[in-house]
Amino acid sequence: MENFEPVIVAFCCHYCAYTAADMAGSQRLPYPANVKIVQVPCSGKVDALHLVTAFEKGADGVYVAGCLEGDCHFKKGNERALRRINYVKKYLEEIGLESERLEMVNMSAGMGHRFAQLATEMTEKIRRLGPSPIRTAIAQ
Amino acid sequence: MITAERKPLEELIQYVKPFKRILLLGCNECVTVCAAGGRKEVGLLASGLQMALLKSGSNIEIRQHTLERQCDPEYVEELVPMIDGAEAVMSMACGCGVQQIAMRFKDKPVFPAVNTKFMGASERQGVWAERCQGCGNCLLGTTGGICPIARCAKQLMNGPCGGSTGGNCEISEDVDCAWQLIWDRLKALGLTDRYLDIIPAKDWRTGGGSGPRKIIREDLAE
Repeated sequence: MENFEPVIVAFCCHYCAYTAADMAGSQRLPYPANVKIVQVPCSGKVDALHLVTAFEKGADGVYVAGCLEGDCHFKKGNERALRRINYVKKYLEEIGLESERLEMVNMSAGMGHRFAQLATEMTEKIRRLGPSPIRTAIAQ
Repeated sequence: MITAERKPLEELIQYVKPFKRILLLGCNECVTVCAAGGRKEVGLLASGLQMALLKSGSNIEIRQHTLERQCDPEYVEELVPMIDGAEAVMSMACGCGVQQIAMRFKDKPVFPAVNTKFMGASERQGVWAERCQGCGNCLLGTTGGICPIARCAKQLMNGPCGGSTGGNCEISEDVDCAWQLIWDRLKALGLTDRYLDIIPAKDWRTGGGSGPRKIIREDLAE
């Protein structure tokens, strides 16, 4: 599809990922506007239903950004998030969507550069995968 | 509780493909506890089905509703106002619930969304194991609280067998030898003498051996 602009939803935990996103902003680090950030108190708050609904509404890609492994502000929230994401990845394959459209990433609050880099990488990956078949179907 | 697992999506798609409007029903009891058919799973399945069908060019309207239980007619009756709007019903409850729905709404095709597995208990979060097979004559008082019918692969009344190794059943190292567990329990209770009492062969008439079972409480049944 020509000139396809991916729509990517990023669930970012308040303590690390959202703060890293904030730092990317204050350092004026460019990252694609395709990434729509949703702040959550902890990546462990994100439920399978949130992820699946995002795809149902036409998101081309979704990722959950949490604290570095071992450093979750709420102790194990990011571990739970990772398990849920792996579970939903399998569900996406059953539905007929590529499981690469969903990822878990980790970063610390000071990693503005990493936030910007991951946002760019994810956007490019989804651009290569193409629009979500759900988004295409909704548009018709 | 009764445990269950969602059927593969592919199978469920085949069930609902012919219809344009279905009712997807969850149950707030056992299948909620084992995360197979509660309100959240209803949401997940509705979303998944809709996406899968949208992908293949068809459209389906899925109405989502979760009953407190599906095994009691009083709760199933709550569906009356919404049943006409549905061409078919898919139930995420255990087999008991699915049948109850089918019995009440004889003109609607009813499909199961889960495979009902066993009566079990939680070992830890996210892990459920078989504990009871409804044999109808509970001997847990004799065996130190461990069931040799549900937990022994051979359902021995006087185990263990020669296959018991290192506390595990010979069928798998992931399965405890029930009789090892029983012996350990009797030892902890200081009742090892009881092990010498021979438990007679099981009378399976109470355990499903005489066909479908029923309980009638004369004080309760009108």
